[in-house]
Amino acid sequence: MKPLYFDYASTTPVDTRVIDKMKDCLSLDGNFGNPGSRSHAFGWQAEELVEEARLNVSNLLNCDPREIIWTSGATESDNLAIKGAANFYKEKGKHIITSKIEHKAVLDTCRQLESEGFEITYLDPDENGTISIKSLQENIRKDTTLVSLMHINNEIGVINDIEKIGDLCRENGVIFHVDAAQSAGKINIDLSTLKVDLMSFSAHKIYGPKGIGALYVRRRPRIRLQPLFHGGGQERGIRAGTLPTHQIVGMGEAFKIAMNEMVDDHEKISSHRDTLWKGLNSMEEIYVNGSVETGYPGIFNLSFNYVEGESLIMALKNIAVSSGSACTSASLEPSYVLRALGRPDELAHSSIRFSFGRFTTEEEVNSTVELVKDSVSQLREISPLWEMYQDGVDLDKIEWA
Amino acid sequence: MAYSQKVIDKFEKTLKNPEEASVGRWKPGDKDFHRVGTGIVGAPACGDVMKLQIKCENVDNKNVIVDAKFKTYGCGSAIASSGQLIDMLKGKTIEEAQKISNQEIVDILELPAIKIHCSVLAEEAIHRAIDDFKSRRNND
Repeated sequence: MKPLYFDYASTTPVDTRVIDKMKDCLSLDGNFGNPGSRSHAFGWQAEELVEEARLNVSNLLNCDPREIIWTSGATESDNLAIKGAANFYKEKGKHIITSKIEHKAVLDTCRQLESEGFEITYLDPDENGTISIKSLQENIRKDTTLVSLMHINNEIGVINDIEKIGDLCRENGVIFHVDAAQSAGKINIDLSTLKVDLMSFSAHKIYGPKGIGALYVRRRPRIRLQPLFHGGGQERGIRAGTLPTHQIVGMGEAFKIAMNEMVDDHEKISSHRDTLWKGLNSMEEIYVNGSVETGYPGIFNLSFNYVEGESLIMALKNIAVSSGSACTSASLEPSYVLRALGRPDELAHSSIRFSFGRFTTEEEVNSTVELVKDSVSQLREISPLWEMYQDGVDLDKIEWA
Repeated sequence: MAYSQKVIDKFEKTLKNPEEASVGRWKPGDKDFHRVGTGIVGAPACGDVMKLQIKCENVDNKNVIVDAKFKTYGCGSAIASSGQLIDMLKGKTIEEAQKISNQEIVDILELPAIKIHCSVLAEEAIHRAIDDFKSRRNND
């Protein structure tokens, strides 16, 4: 039996409507040409498709298509935005602000810049997981050039107030980069009103293919970047490399579909999250990491106290979920995101992320409720911590070996 | 995490039939509790806690482990390692049990390198349980 898929925040299946468009861009009969070829119709047609896709992406975000730069995915977009801006503006200052619960693509990029002589401030989130305006304000300095914060957190689904953060950055003349890999096409983003200068996107989180993403680079006021790749001058010299027409067309189509279906998707996903929560919240010692009220419903992170997350995932073999983030779940460390929120280590070890998407069904959610309940009680039956809890032992008072 | 089929089987059997897999406990007040040694190792903050109990009987002037029970909080391989340890203990004298090394558990379960600490925890658990048993006998 194929497991039920509850890991949409990790990646999504490609929508068949997207696949159909992509298929037309590969073979001799299709638009296989190099969009950079200026001397014949193969190139012109491919270029036309690339520009149509760029328009689809910009329509969803309400920006100018010329502000969209194709990349290989959100990781590259984050690298290009952060390294590109840090290096271009380094004469002005070498201080960057980010947070402790960013995606690794941002954190590791910042670590790299640190080794190159930049100074990074890693903000602590408040207990809800969001970045407070106050803490950001207190950390902006004269030599701060860039603030990089995510929109929706990939582990716990909390949403940063990028409108207020953007206003603060603009007032202080600081560039604002947002990793929107989890939010584009899921919640409304209007770049005509937001004071966001750089924004990273990924196609595969929103039913497009893997290996393609984009970076929004604001034109007014104009943000300049030092490129990471050098070569044929594609993407106005900001990102060299032959444009992968089929990938780009796939991303464009996925964003176009998202624009038309975002409201319906969101409503369906909210109802799935509510069903799951209604089914589980009567269990003892269960905690929500994030917020049922204000978080993005497609990402729902729960801690089942006295049960270790990896064993729960193993017991739930018929459900595909994740513990922490997929990129790091082979490590033995509990989630750095939950630790930064001040969750005790044992609750961080007990966390599971359920993420829902366009193709999740009510039946799947109902089966998941039952499977989770059964597995948690089975694991609690063999857990010495559950036994102590039932005996009324205070686990904090025990000296663990 | 790519576990061997052995870890998966052991883990699933333990969940399905906890009693048969020797999940359980002896508690103060139980008959023969004075013949039980308990070892608890690990810490919730580290993601692993193993509780092992051995029940010994005197056979020809030797303490033989006639029964053992466990409870484990931890990843799949920590649970499988505890179960494996239990299988290895029953019928052994405490001197023989003392000599069980974590490597035996690693080999039997084909544990991946990143999970070797689970077998180390199991080895520590048996040492603790034996120490506890001995200290109780000394106090008798």
